[in-house]
Amino acid sequence: MSDQSTNSVAFVAEGTIPPSPPPARETGAVKWLRENLFSNIPNSILTIVSLYVIFLVLKNTMPWMLNGVWTTSSLAQCREVLNGETGACFSVLTERWNQLLYGFKYPVDEYWRPNLALLFMIVAAAPVLFFDLPRKLLIFTAIYPFLAYWLIWGGTIFVPLIALLGFVVAGMVFQTFSKGSFAIGFFGAVIAAFVVWLGGGALIPESASENAFLSSVPSRDLGGFMLNLMLGATCVSLSLPIGIVLALGRQSDMPLIKWVCVIFIEFVRGVPLITLLFVASVMLSYFFPPESTVDLFLRVVIMITMFASAYIAEVIRGGLAALPKGQYEAADSIGLAYPQAMRLIILPQALKISIPGIVNVAVGLFKDTTLVSVISMFDLVGMIRGPILASTEWNGVYWELLGFAALLFFIVCYGISQYSQWLERRLATDHR
Amino acid sequence: MKKSVILGALTVAGLAAGAAAAGTLDDVKARGKLNCGVTTGLVGFAAPDANGNWDGFDVGVCRAVAAAVLGDPTAVEFVPTTGKTRFTALASGEIDMLARNTTWTFSRDVDLKFEFVGVNYYDGQGFMVPKELGVSSAKELDGATVCIQTGTTTELNLADFFRANNISYEPVPIETNAEAQQQYLAGACDVFTTDASGLAATRATFENPGEHAVLPEIISKEPLGPLVRHGDNEWGDVVRWTLNALIASEELGITSANLEEMAKGTNNPEINRMMGTEGSLGEMLGLDADWAKRAIAAGGNYGELFAKNIGEETPVGLARGLNAQWTNGGLLYSPPFR
Repeated sequence: MSDQSTNSVAFVAEGTIPPSPPPARETGAVKWLRENLFSNIPNSILTIVSLYVIFLVLKNTMPWMLNGVWTTSSLAQCREVLNGETGACFSVLTERWNQLLYGFKYPVDEYWRPNLALLFMIVAAAPVLFFDLPRKLLIFTAIYPFLAYWLIWGGTIFVPLIALLGFVVAGMVFQTFSKGSFAIGFFGAVIAAFVVWLGGGALIPESASENAFLSSVPSRDLGGFMLNLMLGATCVSLSLPIGIVLALGRQSDMPLIKWVCVIFIEFVRGVPLITLLFVASVMLSYFFPPESTVDLFLRVVIMITMFASAYIAEVIRGGLAALPKGQYEAADSIGLAYPQAMRLIILPQALKISIPGIVNVAVGLFKDTTLVSVISMFDLVGMIRGPILASTEWNGVYWELLGFAALLFFIVCYGISQYSQWLERRLATDHR
Repeated sequence: MKKSVILGALTVAGLAAGAAAAGTLDDVKARGKLNCGVTTGLVGFAAPDANGNWDGFDVGVCRAVAAAVLGDPTAVEFVPTTGKTRFTALASGEIDMLARNTTWTFSRDVDLKFEFVGVNYYDGQGFMVPKELGVSSAKELDGATVCIQTGTTTELNLADFFRANNISYEPVPIETNAEAQQQYLAGACDVFTTDASGLAATRATFENPGEHAVLPEIISKEPLGPLVRHGDNEWGDVVRWTLNALIASEELGITSANLEEMAKGTNNPEINRMMGTEGSLGEMLGLDADWAKRAIAAGGNYGELFAKNIGEETPVGLARGLNAQWTNGGLLYSPPFR
């Protein structure tokens, strides 16, 4: 039988044909190139032009970067070492990195304190940013502002402790009395907090700061990128709740609240930030006696927070306006009170819609913190424009310093942007 | 003679005590620190070094005053100010004195109510141009673009100069000196104008200083000096005579090297009065007898400060010029210590 079949049939496959490789132009890098870069003639032209531009940029910057000098102690020495060749003078970064990051007056031995504060900030921010984490971590977040204040400014630990105690007492008073009436609870809490702060403040001895565990550092000594981060983090985290309150206030039916919010938002948005900063640094010192001025850092924080919260209020108002009216009516129809409706139905949706806008404001605000350099605070840009470029060694180094500043800001702003995209994906509940 | 001085001092003391507000001198002593306004950074005049210590010619004046009043040249809180914030900082009492290469003008003295206590640097506004522009006089600058720092007297002088010569220009307003340099080097403007000292300092940092020329015209008088608020003459006197002590000590040959020797007593009665071994000048100022000695010990006399910070040996490389002692053909002329 087997003989017959082999002779009578012309061809019989003895097994499966081994898979042959796909055609060269349909596989791997070639396919990717063809589909993405050279899919048609205009795209090919664009690709070639882009490659040429990239080549030009690299051709001019790479020798400058790679030939950079890292170890000299002045610009003149850099020029000597380079001897006419193109090359960056990165020595300014290696010599002055501490001034760029911490300002020129923060005590060198105490750099670990802002470092630790930054580390703790990441821990404290984590439960707020990533809500899958255990909620108990929020306790640390609540303590963090006081801990960070103590770490960065130093001095006696009683100041942040009493500030914290004031908030705790205020919270307890509010819990107790707000069941009866919101107003009694609210004003009672405010009064209780002030009683604690004033009473506690009087109890702290004058000399407590002098031999404290952490030596005290005045606000004037803060500087560098640390100052930008501090201003940015403080102002963003303060302006978000204030912005929500303002946005809700603007939609309120009570004319007084509504108009206060409208006037605040429109006034603050109508004034350039730099004007507010000048008011903070220059005008306010006329109003206060010289000995009792409010700390400059605090004045600046108040002004930037005001500015940012007005913008965030408008962003959130956009989110509120984008919600269908049915959502409000649904909340009313199931008998929810105003705070419940807002907390459970309206705000979660409105805030989700507002995320891109809020992130936009936050990134813009963080970069705006460099404006404080015009009121002679030494943030990163202030350090570069002032002391470093005015030193005899480094006068004339621009690209290296400003490039470094750009890099630091890019890292932070890109991080914020990536987080917001993750958040949007995480919160996406619609079906697309 | 002595009696009348004491009576005079008593009268002054009585008047001072009668005044409602405590004087700045008392404030400074009570605080134990002098708040001195300086620039946010100008090569040679004031800039913090890699360790954050302020150094420079204007800084030297602050340190001398602190040494005279408090006995410690490091007891200074340097408050950096910009061209726009400096006067409000002084007027509002945030700083006790301003030593920030500020030009003494009529309106600043009279209208802004400040008291210029003297001149520590005689400057004048000049122009720097690239040599390839082929300009040899400022009068040939018709239609030029000029980089200029805003909020300064140079801005006003520039307008005056061009109007007086009936030529036109286009200003490129700029915030800081460092920025101006970069704009000028990048070709954003044909001309860079600021005080001649600033031009020299700026040019010294260029990669090729030889390619830039400072034009011969000096179009303004810029007497730069420390200033205090109006209405507190005791404090003004302290700052004024500290500055004068620095200037006079150069004239009298007192340096930080021979200071101890001079303080033991010399044949020159003026030196003795200054060093406090004769008379009671310190007491009249409300300080102790050693005040001038400490002021000089802080950073040396005027000539030493000049040589160390902005003199010809430094990168700034300024000649004494107008800032020589009057005995050497300059303008420095301290009233006598008598």
